[in-house]
Amino acid sequence: MKRDNANATMTAAPVAAELAVEMTDVNKYFGNLHVLQGVSLAIQRSEVVVICGPSGSGKSTLIRCVNKLEDVQSGGIRVLGQDLNDRKLDLARLRSRVGMVFQAFSLYPHMTVLDNIILAPMKASGVKRDEATERALTLLRRVGIPQKVDAYPAQLSGGQQQRVAIARALAMQPDIMLFDEPTSALDPEMIKEVLDVMTTLSGDGMTMLVVTHEMGFARRVADRVVFMADGSIVESAAPDEFFTQPRSERTRTFLSNILTH
Amino acid sequence: MRNVILDNLPYLMNGLKTTIVMSIITMSLCLLFGTALCALRRSHWAVLRVPARLYIDLLRSTPLLLIIFWFIFFVPRATGISVEPYTAALTALVAYFATHVAEIMRAGIQAVPRTQSEAGLASGLARWQVSAYIVLPQAVKNMIPALISRFVALIMGTSLTYIVGVIEFFRAATIVNNREYASIQVFSFVAVVYFVICFGFSQFGEWCRRRLGAQALSRVEAGLGR
Repeated sequence: MKRDNANATMTAAPVAAELAVEMTDVNKYFGNLHVLQGVSLAIQRSEVVVICGPSGSGKSTLIRCVNKLEDVQSGGIRVLGQDLNDRKLDLARLRSRVGMVFQAFSLYPHMTVLDNIILAPMKASGVKRDEATERALTLLRRVGIPQKVDAYPAQLSGGQQQRVAIARALAMQPDIMLFDEPTSALDPEMIKEVLDVMTTLSGDGMTMLVVTHEMGFARRVADRVVFMADGSIVESAAPDEFFTQPRSERTRTFLSNILTH
Repeated sequence: MRNVILDNLPYLMNGLKTTIVMSIITMSLCLLFGTALCALRRSHWAVLRVPARLYIDLLRSTPLLLIIFWFIFFVPRATGISVEPYTAALTALVAYFATHVAEIMRAGIQAVPRTQSEAGLASGLARWQVSAYIVLPQAVKNMIPALISRFVALIMGTSLTYIVGVIEFFRAATIVNNREYASIQVFSFVAVVYFVICFGFSQFGEWCRRRLGAQALSRVEAGLGR
């Protein structure tokens, strides 16, 4: 029942010509564990959606399904108009249009910052070295660390590494950016520098799907906040409404737990 | 007083040459066969993976000497192909040490965090590109220390082939000793020679590891046209 309500609110939004992401009744199991239980979610172009919820609620799994790092057992997922269940899907090509930033940064430790950024543009998209390098330098300026171009990941702070990771994802000029808890591994003072970059990005009209516990960011930047618990979407609303008048009891408990500190 | 070692030096050196040549051939073949075994062992298809795993587990859990005997006594009888003790012993060494090499390679690859390949795949790189540019350069660096210590064991392992009549360094020394009755001199010399070779090799390995770390890096950079 609860799920039906959530769906109703989501489909109420006007449907654009092409949704960025459209999930319909997605079910995913890890063995016996039912991690996604009939999840449906539609994301418009240029929309910034924050997904929050207690750990183990399936939020990370959900966004990992968008670029097919996880397979689902049933349900439809369309990304940028392409059906992920389609056998003829060119997955690498689709993934090159969907950038992803991980909790653990996942920079390649044996490459410099520049090589980290230009690898995929050169090898996956066939961009010439000069152009890729130029693009990388522009992006590094944009994330505020152009001086680190020749450094190795191990020489950077966590916040700097994550900003490089964002630049690396942007270098593919993606249509959608996925953020999987991008600040959870960072010290408090580095969280801000990463969130600032993400805020600028949303201002530029990037479609963003962000799993995070940063409720301040959600309130300021998100167009919509989606609350997940136990593999289902419990609530989905504009931040104002979500934080001031949450409808479900589960959401209220969650918010009072995380906002009391 | 005559010097037993100097008097027999040409003969001993001939044995040593056999030991060294045998070691180098075995190492090279182990790297080839071990890579193939590792690939099979990591295959998605059970038809390839299961036999590779059985082979690796069986050979790794058997004394080297038994495997040498196996290739000398059983394999010729079973296949009807009779080969020189040298060839049979070399085959046994390769069959045995390749399983170790395969497992070292597998461990080296597995030690690269899965998030590394996920990051590569998520950026639109093909699977082979993720292996070539992201996983393998890191994996090779992981493998080197274990490979070197296995290869040192391999060099010493060649001495076991003396039992089946291969005149390598250890057997050459035994023959000299049987003729000269100078076991202390002869076997002290043997000990020193093995030490110099094995210690030298592990030092060389350590040097390689440092160099190769830097080289793998520059190869990636060269691949990116820097």
